[in-house]
Amino acid sequence: MADSTYGAVPASAAPLAAPRPRHAAIVRLTHWITTLAFLALLLSGIEILISHPRFYWGEAGNVLSPPLFKLPIPASRATVPTGYGYVLPDQNGWSRYLHFQSAWVAVLTGFLYVVFGILSGHFRRNLLPARLSLREISAVIASHLRSRSAAADAWSYNVLQRLAYLLVIFVLFPLVIWTGLAMSPAIASAFPPAVTVWGGQQSARTLHFFISIALVVFLLVHLVMVWRSGLRARVRAMITGRPPTPEERT
Amino acid sequence: MSKLSRRQLITAGLATTAGASGLAVAAALARRYGLIPPDAGGLYGPGETLTYAAQRLLTRHSLAREFSAGQISKPPFANEVSPLGDDFKRLQQGSFAAWRLAVDGMVARPAAFSVDELKSFPRRTQITHLACEEGWSYIAEWTGVPLSHILDVVGTLPQARYVVYRSFQPDWWESIDMADALHPQTLVAHSMNGGSLPVPFGGPLRLRVPRQLAYKSLKYITRLTVTDSLKHFGKGLGSSEPETGYAWYAGI
Repeated sequence: MADSTYGAVPASAAPLAAPRPRHAAIVRLTHWITTLAFLALLLSGIEILISHPRFYWGEAGNVLSPPLFKLPIPASRATVPTGYGYVLPDQNGWSRYLHFQSAWVAVLTGFLYVVFGILSGHFRRNLLPARLSLREISAVIASHLRSRSAAADAWSYNVLQRLAYLLVIFVLFPLVIWTGLAMSPAIASAFPPAVTVWGGQQSARTLHFFISIALVVFLLVHLVMVWRSGLRARVRAMITGRPPTPEERT
Repeated sequence: MSKLSRRQLITAGLATTAGASGLAVAAALARRYGLIPPDAGGLYGPGETLTYAAQRLLTRHSLAREFSAGQISKPPFANEVSPLGDDFKRLQQGSFAAWRLAVDGMVARPAAFSVDELKSFPRRTQITHLACEEGWSYIAEWTGVPLSHILDVVGTLPQARYVVYRSFQPDWWESIDMADALHPQTLVAHSMNGGSLPVPFGGPLRLRVPRQLAYKSLKYITRLTVTDSLKHFGKGLGSSEPETGYAWYAGI
């Protein structure tokens, strides 16, 4: 039915007319949905954090126990000793609702992306490094430091980019979800080892914070790299899929 | 933009239909099995429903972790509560002898229990983690009557779906579904760390729901109401928390 001659003509003629998209539609879609979800998670995560900007190691921790460290910021709860003479407004209600809703969006989108990435060969083709050599990695770093054109010319990911994306997709995102779930008393009851492997619920909370910092660092580096290599063309490629013309690649 | 082929249109149409009917079937199943939380309306309803439904399916019978005596937090931290008022002070001066826990609603034999009566009931002692939604926590030993025992004594009717519980502080009320209400670790706690439950920690009576965050473990409970619907309690969102912006279900 779908292979009627009427339908097949434009489908087979199209690839000849239009160049292969820079990014597949699924990659573009999941990229921007994840972007929105991540920003919502970040904002709501910061709001939740300021209700108790102290971190602990182990199972339990509160203002009467010694912290592993504390952030030098005011808090949204009067019970937390911060050294500031004021208390920020409580924003945890909507922040928690938004955090978990965005987490669902990120998880479901990530699932779609990973399934697509495996089935379509996206990971194999675009993200797995052909080979790993320190010499190649240091050459990439050196060329990035030397000039911006090195980044602008490249429209296939170099080994460093590939490793960074793989780290974010297959290590940091799964870990941030895991440590987030390990803070849930219900999940802890169903899967105790998911908590104990980190040393306890407060350890999981502390790790959740550090992994989030790592993701923010990735985001900042990612933004700088996109900026340096031609913001307009890169963003357009990620929205429409259209690769840049040669004169746009500067 | 390239023109859409008929094949693409058919595929997109089929995918949309499949997605929409999939969602409709999921929603119907969720309603059928009681997996929709009372605060499922509004902007955050989809996320809340996914969280509640997923956690209910995964944790219906799971037991909260219990710890060793050596892991008890010393000292535990009692979050601040709004002033309890003169009526509470009078009860406190009488060692809470006049405190009553009323049980009503969809029960065969409504009753009101004193603290001493509850202390004479079968008891369970457990060392569990109490985690506040703010991020802090402590571990303590709690002793109390399993809520399921109290529900047995008053004879819960088969259509019961939720237990609503109220604090002496009039603005605070909560509810849990029957999976949590009948859970062996859900206690009407009257003792903590070997002594009577101190007032800052919710004494004389506090509901302990260890598989949810601490705000479900309501302090100073005075009344349990068994019901098949939360619609007519407050604004119908399940507890006072959603009315102030917090989620009804606090498993995460």
